[in-house]
Amino acid sequence: MKYVSEFRQQSLARQLSAAIAAEVKPQRRYNLMEFCGGHTHAIFRYGVQELMPDNVSFVHGPGCPVCVLPIGRIDSAIHLLEAKDVTLVTYGDLLRVPASGRKSLLKVKAAGADVRMVYSTRDALKIARENPQRQVVFFAIGFETTTPPTAVAIRQAQAEGLENFSVFCNHVLTPAAIQNILESPEVRELGSVSIDGFFGPSHVSSVIGSQPYEFFAEEYQKPVVIAGFEPLDVMQSTLMLVRQINSGRHEVENEYTRVVTREGNVKAQNLVAEVLELRRSFEWRGLGLVPYSALKIKQRYAQFDAERRFDIPVSTARDVSGCECPAILRGAKRPTDCKLFGSVCVPENPMGSCMVSSEGACAAYWSYDRFRNPDASDNAVA
Amino acid sequence: MTHGSGGRAMAQLIQDLFVRHLDNDLLRQANDQAMFEVPAGRMVMSTDGHVISPLFFPGGDIGSLAIHGTINDVAMSGARPLYLAAGFILEEGFPLADLERVVASMSLAAAKAGVPVITGDTKVVEKGKGDGIFITTTGIGLVPEGVNISGDRAKPGDAILVSGTMGDHGVAIMSSRANLEFETSMESDSAALHGLVADMVAAVPEIHCLRDPTRGGLATTLNELAQQSAVGMNLREEDIPINPQVSAACELLGLDPLYVANEGKLICICEQRHAAQLLQVMRAHALGKKAAIIGEVIEERHGFVRMETSFGGSRVVDWLAGEQLPRIC
Repeated sequence: MKYVSEFRQQSLARQLSAAIAAEVKPQRRYNLMEFCGGHTHAIFRYGVQELMPDNVSFVHGPGCPVCVLPIGRIDSAIHLLEAKDVTLVTYGDLLRVPASGRKSLLKVKAAGADVRMVYSTRDALKIARENPQRQVVFFAIGFETTTPPTAVAIRQAQAEGLENFSVFCNHVLTPAAIQNILESPEVRELGSVSIDGFFGPSHVSSVIGSQPYEFFAEEYQKPVVIAGFEPLDVMQSTLMLVRQINSGRHEVENEYTRVVTREGNVKAQNLVAEVLELRRSFEWRGLGLVPYSALKIKQRYAQFDAERRFDIPVSTARDVSGCECPAILRGAKRPTDCKLFGSVCVPENPMGSCMVSSEGACAAYWSYDRFRNPDASDNAVA
Repeated sequence: MTHGSGGRAMAQLIQDLFVRHLDNDLLRQANDQAMFEVPAGRMVMSTDGHVISPLFFPGGDIGSLAIHGTINDVAMSGARPLYLAAGFILEEGFPLADLERVVASMSLAAAKAGVPVITGDTKVVEKGKGDGIFITTTGIGLVPEGVNISGDRAKPGDAILVSGTMGDHGVAIMSSRANLEFETSMESDSAALHGLVADMVAAVPEIHCLRDPTRGGLATTLNELAQQSAVGMNLREEDIPINPQVSAACELLGLDPLYVANEGKLICICEQRHAAQLLQVMRAHALGKKAAIIGEVIEERHGFVRMETSFGGSRVVDWLAGEQLPRIC
């Protein structure tokens, strides 16, 4: 496959593997956090960890859109479906995320609610156009990558006068989350999580550019390398991070130059700024309330805001007892540290959000990696 | 369509449409059952309900699929399929023209396969209580002497073969779904595999396992076999044949081709010493041209199916949990 297989070549992987092994200092550890679930997925799917020296570890961050969405927001959507009989449309893997009372969007769909999966906001608009008698609510979720299409959909709905369309906005912001992790007591004070460097997001950075990371590279003295999602991108970026760490630098470097610029996609940024604005604070699963970390719909587009149209109740549900998703999302624990992992929490029956999406650290461990530590999964139902 | 109460309209429908298309001596007996001679030996029987959206897709439709699916289930025992039965559940209002198209397609598929539909039944349910048409087919077949094929016979050291490219059917179906239109010339691989199986069994009667990787794809079917045989498996990603169009579509949709359905492919597990011969036999058949040896069975108490990735790492190839859902990022 042209333009894809070039970034999955085994011969180059071996060369990079040897280069990293030659570069690392044997007496120290390199804990590198990949913020994005896309990187987590690539690391596990291609078996990248195996090509790393023992003292290079990947710490999995919170950059999995469905993983960080708090249960309360899904409860709200389920409430909307049950109380107002709307048509709810959203992206694929949100459907399986467990909500309160052992519910999920997939389960309420099975019980008769009108929930539909779409690949793009264009499909969401199409459903609204084709069903003028139904209220169609788009459950918008994701980081900066999926935000511009939501903004475009809202503008389009206004231009068309599509009165039965609205958006339940749950878009969140990457830089705020990274800063929150760096500020967390585990990283700052306790030192229980040592993070030596970051892989910067790929798709997100194509929109926001590499500039927003410059602040915390400087402020927290951590190197950042913007990395593409292909396995060779991850390996090349690892080499770049190792070199920065060895030479005591903490800069923002860009490995993903084929897509990401320093400024990013200014047109997309302007579109988002026209339709959406910062929320004062937003709850993240794992991180709690994070100030200025999410977006809401601006007053001038208020008629398309599902939260205003339907008066959606704010729900603050708790995670399942024993579920370590919050600590795993902060990089403070590994999936295998959770006592639910592989016993009651498996992809067929996820207890926490990290087991749902293939970008989630628990699902990635379970689906791709558990043969390395088979006894941790001995109590599994599968 | 307003048939269904067993009255004259119904009788006419059966007479006209089904008999006209599926005509054969046994069906023409026109009784509530078909009578036939039973050969000596071991027989197998299999039944499968077919529900699919859309009903018509590139490379097939629910009719041909219902014939191929059951023939394949019978054939995966090494058997020669003999006869089929078909049950139809139609939703009131289902266009007669579509029904005719489906039945004509079944007729063609059955004739090409040389396995006749010898008895059948039709029910019509109220509008809203079905999804257009559901077809259940049942097949029986005769297992040649000396053939003992079963999902619990995979042994450490055995070779794992597939008969061709993986994921063609699922991608063809997805490309024709209303909310997922994308341009591809992919066609479903829907096909009756008993001819291929007959050649394989004739060459190597000692084959251990055969199974068609339908729903859940190669990954799920191999996990089923690993569990049933209490063994592990080791696959080599670069040896698994995948059509570039399927790879591209899966890349775009965020899916893994190893979990995408096939309707005209089989997995074969045999002793290592038979692998080369079987590969040759498979490749000589029209439905096995791209056959490949993709890995081997290993001793492994956890039943893991592992894969050496083309990239040079390794990972588990797990069961599919529910439907494969695309990622967001």
